[in-house]
Amino acid sequence: MDTIFALATAQGRAGVAVVRVSGPAAFGCAEALCGPVPRPRKAVVRELKDGDGAVLDQALVLTFRGPASFTGENVVEFHLHGSIAVVAAVLQRLGQLPCRVAEPGEFTRRALENDKMDLAQVEGLGDLIEAETEAQRKQALRTVSGALGARIEAWRSDMIRAASLIEVTIDFADEDVPVDVTPEVQQLLARVRADVAQELNGFEAAEMIRSGLEVAIVGPPNAGKSTLLNALAKRDAAITSQRAGTTRDVIEVRMDLNGLPVTLLDTAGLRDGEDEVEVVGIQRAIERAEAADLRVFLVEPEETLAIAPRRDDIVLAPKADVRTDGAPAVSGKTGDGVPELIAQISDQLAQRTRGAGLITHARHRAAMAAALHTLDDALRFVGAGAEHYDIAAEEIRTAIRSLEAVVGRIDVENLLDEIFSSFCLGK
Amino acid sequence: MKQFDVIVIGGGHAGCEAAHAAARVGARTALVTMKKSGIGVMSCNPAIGGLGKGHLVREIDAMDGIMGRVADASGIQFRLLNRRKGPAVQGPRAQSDRKIYRTEMLRLIENTPNLDVIEGEVVDFKMQGDRVAGVTLADGSEVVARSVVLTTGTFLRGLIHIGDTSYAGGRMGDKASTKLADRMDSFGLPMGRLKTGTPPRLDVRTIAWDQLDVQDGDDDPVLFSFMSTSAPLRQVACGVTHTNTRTHEIIRKNLERSAMYGGHIEGVGPRYCPSIEDKIVRFADKESHQIFLEPEGLDDHTVYPNGISTSLPQDVQVDYVQSIVGLERAEIVQPGYAIEYDYVDPRALNAELTLETVPGLYLAGQINGTTGYEEAAAQGLVAGLNAAHAALDREVVHFRRDQSYIGVMIDDLTTRGVTEPYRMFTSRAEFRLSLRADNADQRLTPLGLSIGCVGEERKAAFGEKSEALTAGRDALESQSYTPKQIAATGIRINQDGTKRTPFQLLAFPDVTFPDVERLDPALEQIAPDIQEQLARDALYANYIERQRKDVEKMRRDEQHAIPKDFDYRAVTGLSAELGGKLERVRPTDLAQAGRIDGMTPAALALILGRIRYLEKKSA
Repeated sequence: MDTIFALATAQGRAGVAVVRVSGPAAFGCAEALCGPVPRPRKAVVRELKDGDGAVLDQALVLTFRGPASFTGENVVEFHLHGSIAVVAAVLQRLGQLPCRVAEPGEFTRRALENDKMDLAQVEGLGDLIEAETEAQRKQALRTVSGALGARIEAWRSDMIRAASLIEVTIDFADEDVPVDVTPEVQQLLARVRADVAQELNGFEAAEMIRSGLEVAIVGPPNAGKSTLLNALAKRDAAITSQRAGTTRDVIEVRMDLNGLPVTLLDTAGLRDGEDEVEVVGIQRAIERAEAADLRVFLVEPEETLAIAPRRDDIVLAPKADVRTDGAPAVSGKTGDGVPELIAQISDQLAQRTRGAGLITHARHRAAMAAALHTLDDALRFVGAGAEHYDIAAEEIRTAIRSLEAVVGRIDVENLLDEIFSSFCLGK
Repeated sequence: MKQFDVIVIGGGHAGCEAAHAAARVGARTALVTMKKSGIGVMSCNPAIGGLGKGHLVREIDAMDGIMGRVADASGIQFRLLNRRKGPAVQGPRAQSDRKIYRTEMLRLIENTPNLDVIEGEVVDFKMQGDRVAGVTLADGSEVVARSVVLTTGTFLRGLIHIGDTSYAGGRMGDKASTKLADRMDSFGLPMGRLKTGTPPRLDVRTIAWDQLDVQDGDDDPVLFSFMSTSAPLRQVACGVTHTNTRTHEIIRKNLERSAMYGGHIEGVGPRYCPSIEDKIVRFADKESHQIFLEPEGLDDHTVYPNGISTSLPQDVQVDYVQSIVGLERAEIVQPGYAIEYDYVDPRALNAELTLETVPGLYLAGQINGTTGYEEAAAQGLVAGLNAAHAALDREVVHFRRDQSYIGVMIDDLTTRGVTEPYRMFTSRAEFRLSLRADNADQRLTPLGLSIGCVGEERKAAFGEKSEALTAGRDALESQSYTPKQIAATGIRINQDGTKRTPFQLLAFPDVTFPDVERLDPALEQIAPDIQEQLARDALYANYIERQRKDVEKMRRDEQHAIPKDFDYRAVTGLSAELGGKLERVRPTDLAQAGRIDGMTPAALALILGRIRYLEKKSA
């Protein structure tokens, strides 16, 4: 029996969020998350940590030993701080442990299997499951609408096409069909694989929310970077002075920007450094700026620096208060252009974190990680030629089943439809 | 009045297998057929087996059925399909001498203890309340039995179409069953119309064989029956030719004159077996279609041109046939035609192939919406065994999805129904890597033995083979070797420190039996056929383990039986759409419910909740 987990309380920002884990490995998973598990039914406060030992949250941990639990199995409940980022992080961590996201109604199903519901509860089952399903449906809808939805549709049709090509060579071998479909199948699977891998990377958005986003302010010396940082942070966090090269180390200011945790980085002015300390400072500035999620450039038009702005970076001219050339500019000193800059930064960051859902994401992530693995195997067997198509087909079938949570069920009838519309069969 | 345990109506592939199976388990059985010469007739192409279908024949044979044996005895060209692909998807196929197939089948039927053949047309059932208790023949005589198996093929309200002409008929030259159709109507079953077709038959002497490519059979025939040792008949080749643009032009010009495109046919035809008209319309840019010219027998002048079935008028058939290379002077012996017939929505059946609402009546073959001799025979086996078991008050004989293609088909039919004539494909079997043609005996003969439908001869052979397999497997797993030892024999292996048994080594696609013999020369003692099967088991071992988990999950769900009178409307929270589907299918357990199109885990939990609620209330 698999061990399953899910968020048991409502989605979104709340005072407390409860994540429930049920199944034979529940205690083991809890141990991986918070160290030795407390004895059953005793509430204790524990630090939940991720795989690298970083603290995710301080939570109330409760355990129930089966059969004396809601599902009749071993159950662990984590009462978390109800922040979206915290819940996302904990669910993601659970997804890396030997347990999986519960299907809608699955906790209830187990309670039923183990005869843990009384008559009244069973009578109210419809509402219970509907609530559970509805919450997940809304989540799913949110995730699959728009660009991601289109992408998932493309995966579905690519997978159907790939599987049907293999199947047509197997089931209609005595007919007028292609003998070797390897190149097309490889192309289709590789495309899905690349996409899935990319989406998996997209899950870093959730990670970003948790650890915060970094915005680096870069520019030549004395452009007013530190003054801007202070204006943004609304306090004197960075040392400012008129002398070029004042900021030699990287200064970090953590702040909340329209609900997103942001770390602003003030970096050394980029120029050919004069003393050794400044050279090291500049080098560090370049490294941190490159690694940041977003860069705000304070440069004169046409001016070039040691690093170039990327596509979505923000480029402004400094000292808006004294300019007359009309170039888009900002001034930390007077605050000219600062609200616009804040809006621009939060727009950019919001775009990058948009994909970060919660429960469905954890489900999708697990599904996609499994699919990635089987797609690799499938590609290997497809590459080995028609002799191994039967095993390749099995791997594709497994990959499809992994992705079912994301692309919906693909049935043999879907494959047959594709086969009969693509190939003229029938002796 | 004659009395039997089981009456089987129809002597086609379903009927023969059903009657033989019933007789094998000891039921006194009557096979009623319009005429004895109709027993074992191949109405369509003269071939048995193929992909998925060959698997079915092997499974029938593993239960000591007859199709495989008759196909072997009458085979004039054997080919193992997918020979170059993995063994799980290889399917034996054979062309038969049509006449020998028929006579061989009749001989077997007539020499079967407990089995009588009665010539006559069944015009009605003898009813005992709701229950079918026998049959009435056209001459007014009655035959009584506890179970009746109905295998109508295309005969139930059969309607033959050639061009704009149509007339009642069960097959070219045979009359349809219309009187029985009226009785079937009175049962109020969900019924529909399906369609199939055949090509014009050609005279072998009018074909220019020297202009044609040929396709030979395999040099070492792979037979169907686990009991056969060799193909007794002379082997022949098939001719291969192609349609061309002129053929297509003739057909396109006359399209409106075909029964199908002229709007005379309401039945749904199979997509995988389209008429030549369909091929040309649906794949308009394809300039040529392949045709196999299959001899119908060793001393038969008829040739079956596989690939050009049609419902065009006869004069157009002559024109398009003669536009084809090698067929310029070909004469048509019998025109091609389309045939429409009644079928019963198989969701009205349970897994024993009996109707819930008409006790005593079992259905098998095309009447259940399938196509193909093999599909029909496999259903005949299931219906025959269960009809006999019911008559003899024995337990139900169940074929599981994870155990056999037969189980896959029965479950697909009774759970999902059909939208076109159902044909077996290997892709329908989710446990394909375990359900191989080569291990059909290992999968099913134990079941056959347990219900007593396997004869002594096969029992002995099976026992011997099983022992050899067990001993061979033990020998392969008794010792493990270090990567160093393994590499020393020339097998390429990762030096990962993992010790492996010869069985585990055989899972590597490039490791063969001779390779592992170098590790342990004692393995040479294993007989070649046993070696071959063990190597196959090893090849798929990892996948079979993975599938085993899926099977376990399915079995857990199967343990939750859904009561027969379960009211889906009483399940709050279940969508009307799903509720409707469940009402129609009436799954017997949660696993079957889960295979219904559109089913969700939440809905399954709701159903389980309702089951529990009912249990608690009645407790």
